[in-house]
Amino acid sequence: MNLTLFVWRQKGATGEARFEKHEVHGVSSDSSFLEMLDVLNMHLVERGDSPVAFAHDCREGICGSCSMTINGRPHGPKSLTTACQLHMRTFKDGDTIYIEPFRAAAFPVVRDLVTDRSAFDRIQQAGGYVSVQTGAAAEANSIPIEKDLADEAFDAAACIGCGACVAACPNGSAMLFTAAKVTHLALLPQGAPERSRRVLSMVAKMDAELFGGCTNHGECQEACPKGISIKYIAQMNRDYMSATLKKARTIRGKVRAQ
Amino acid sequence: MQLELNAQIPSGPIEQKWQSHKDHIKLVSPSNKRKHTVIVVGTGLAGGAAAASLGELGYNVKAFCFQDSPRRAHSIAAQGGINAAKNYQNDGDSVFRLFYDTIKGGDFRSREANVYRLAELSVNIIDQCVAQGVPFAREYGGLLSNRSFGGAQVSRTFYAKGQTGQQLLLGAYAALNHQIHLGTVEMHPSTEMQDLIIVDGRCRGIVTRNLRTGLIESHVADAVVFATGGYSNVFYLSTSAMGSNATAIWRAYKHGAGMANPCFTQIHPTSIPVSGEHQSKLTLMSESLRNDGRIWVPNKQGDKRLPSDIPESERDYYLERRYPSFGNLSPRDIASRAAKERCDAGYGVGPMGLGVYLDLTDSIKRLGQDVIQARYGNLLDMYANISGDDPYKTPMRIYPAPHYTMGGLWVDYNLMTTIPGLFAAGEANFSDHGANRLGASALMQGLADGYFILPYTIGDYVAQQSLSAVGPQHAEVRAAEERANARVEKFLSMKGSKTVDHYHRVLGRIMWDKCGMLRTEQGLKEALSKIAALKEEFWQNSVIGGEAQELNQELEKAGRVADFFELGELMCLDALNRNESCGAHFREEYQTEDGEAKRDDNAYCYSAVWSQKQDGVGHDLTKEPLAFDNVHLATRNYK
Repeated sequence: MNLTLFVWRQKGATGEARFEKHEVHGVSSDSSFLEMLDVLNMHLVERGDSPVAFAHDCREGICGSCSMTINGRPHGPKSLTTACQLHMRTFKDGDTIYIEPFRAAAFPVVRDLVTDRSAFDRIQQAGGYVSVQTGAAAEANSIPIEKDLADEAFDAAACIGCGACVAACPNGSAMLFTAAKVTHLALLPQGAPERSRRVLSMVAKMDAELFGGCTNHGECQEACPKGISIKYIAQMNRDYMSATLKKARTIRGKVRAQ
Repeated sequence: MQLELNAQIPSGPIEQKWQSHKDHIKLVSPSNKRKHTVIVVGTGLAGGAAAASLGELGYNVKAFCFQDSPRRAHSIAAQGGINAAKNYQNDGDSVFRLFYDTIKGGDFRSREANVYRLAELSVNIIDQCVAQGVPFAREYGGLLSNRSFGGAQVSRTFYAKGQTGQQLLLGAYAALNHQIHLGTVEMHPSTEMQDLIIVDGRCRGIVTRNLRTGLIESHVADAVVFATGGYSNVFYLSTSAMGSNATAIWRAYKHGAGMANPCFTQIHPTSIPVSGEHQSKLTLMSESLRNDGRIWVPNKQGDKRLPSDIPESERDYYLERRYPSFGNLSPRDIASRAAKERCDAGYGVGPMGLGVYLDLTDSIKRLGQDVIQARYGNLLDMYANISGDDPYKTPMRIYPAPHYTMGGLWVDYNLMTTIPGLFAAGEANFSDHGANRLGASALMQGLADGYFILPYTIGDYVAQQSLSAVGPQHAEVRAAEERANARVEKFLSMKGSKTVDHYHRVLGRIMWDKCGMLRTEQGLKEALSKIAALKEEFWQNSVIGGEAQELNQELEKAGRVADFFELGELMCLDALNRNESCGAHFREEYQTEDGEAKRDDNAYCYSAVWSQKQDGVGHDLTKEPLAFDNVHLATRNYK
């Protein structure tokens, strides 16, 4: 198939940016979207032009590297699909395709389609873990966990951290991402002791990293290649509320004790 | 240069070796740990776990990965599961049996002491991961669930749907994040190792390139860990992530480190077949599918009918036929070769004839689609996406693909390479899998190395050294930086006409054809001469473009492919030396009458450890003899 591409080109975070037009010919409908870009890049390099930079690694839809907006949708037109798993059979011969980086204040462009998503790491570092030391864990079956709960925790934990939720959100909010992690750990007994601290510090970090607030558009869920549900946002909001109240009570308690 | 190999295996009975070793190693006092810097390159299961654990202990850790976040290491793509000898099923499992299965599965080419320790630690790994909140599959009673896997007759595999690697990696990543937050680990993502700093014969640091800015920097430490994964991308098409590379281990080799059994490459039996020339990568379907899938081809050569039109009586369930007791769960090397044998004989299915059916129909009938969906849903969705077929309705097509490399840097019992102070963990080392890796054992090894072995053995090494301070102006540091800069400049000065990918693809084809699932003396010799010519052309006629001081993905690829050329040659040399068939290494000249691998224990019961000759061109072979005191050498039989 033959396609017309408009690809976002940007040299650095502050560099001049524009759409660049390219015609690609003879694309196999069995190839993936990234393999189509590989072909484009091969021609660009052979001509001495600079190839389009894009992030990718596993090409199996699990590492979360491949972040790009295709025809206005993060990861492209197919639901529950990462860009690397989007196959060209989704498009028609003669189509025009617009390819842009994920857009969000918290995700500065590094080059072309590559964005800096390290803010996600910093949200996790603010508390997205169980504080456990290596080497002395108790026997794994000593704490049974209800199957439904474990399955639900798994569903929340299946987030790949690609950032599509942020790119799709009109507010550039990271609520779906943060809620997925918060819920994963909140549902399990192992995560319970730090539950309140975790949600408070992760939400605070999320705000500090320039992500917007959630106003219930639901676009994040639509864009999520792993089908992470917005019910986790509601769950996180409840957790946040109760953690805030608990913290207030604790502070009052301490004052009284003095 | 011939190497002096001392595997440092502790004395005593095998079940007491690790405990007695731990009881006698030197310790670093808590207040001194922070004065010691440890570098960890690669932050997948092995590296992430090591960096987090060393940070917890109080060392000053610097961790590096080429991905933009440690959460994206390729461990995340592992699907099926992780073994542990918990015997929760009460089906006869034990540490000894896991040890036995692994030794036998590896076709008696791994080191007993290491494998026993791995089996012993497997139990702690599950405890550790559960404590971190890894959401493993559970039974209705709330206890952990298990499934079976290739090469074993017990159910000892713990799993989280088909995303076990992801969940284990997120556990290690969480532990790492905790330490980053506490300031014990300094994380450097989007950074690639370029060279080693060797001072007075010991590894004292690394030189890195920041992949976004191109900045070349040096980092000094008391010990360095490489947990940089495998090198299957030498085949171009493989199940490894696109960025997986051999640069770190190959730079170590150039500095004198021994490289063991490089030709032992696992070819995974259940990958989605190649669909055309455009293809950049192969996608694995977890072999856990073999629990519920029956593998077959038509009885008639070139049968182009739809699978649903082929009656039961005209199907050949060749694994069940040839290996009645293990059947569809026969080990990976055996299942892979059997698939290739059927396709080569003209029974393959699919447009290119390079495929066999993995059929879930019987299991769907027996268990219902819901159960199959719960077990493998994400895998089946992935298959549907890539192939355009619905695996619930029609059998999946699968074919073997390069997957995991059992070879790697030689390490002793402490996971230290032949360069003092340089350690290697996970897939980057050679230690535990022998000539073939059984399913669900890579995750186990990565985590055992990272969480439970290195934190002890690095302390032992550090405690015994009195290392002089090495500043940024040290001659060896400057020399390493200059080498890294010169390499970048050399790549950028190439103004040919072909892309790096082009050469990688051609190299991969040679490796797959001649040093893949089947090898012959003649084929390997041909490969060696073809690779030499192609390498020459690569250095003459590649084009890179762009600048050094920017994000330059072509430059990154060039460095990796240049290393794959040299490593590919060594793999062929190693395969040529081993005049026997064992595990993943199948030399056509050495097979039994019914086509099974024919090992030669008299001549080849050793790990082949290669090192660079003084002239920097040739390679020397040093042999580490393997002794089997606890499992007797026997012919593998899965029939």
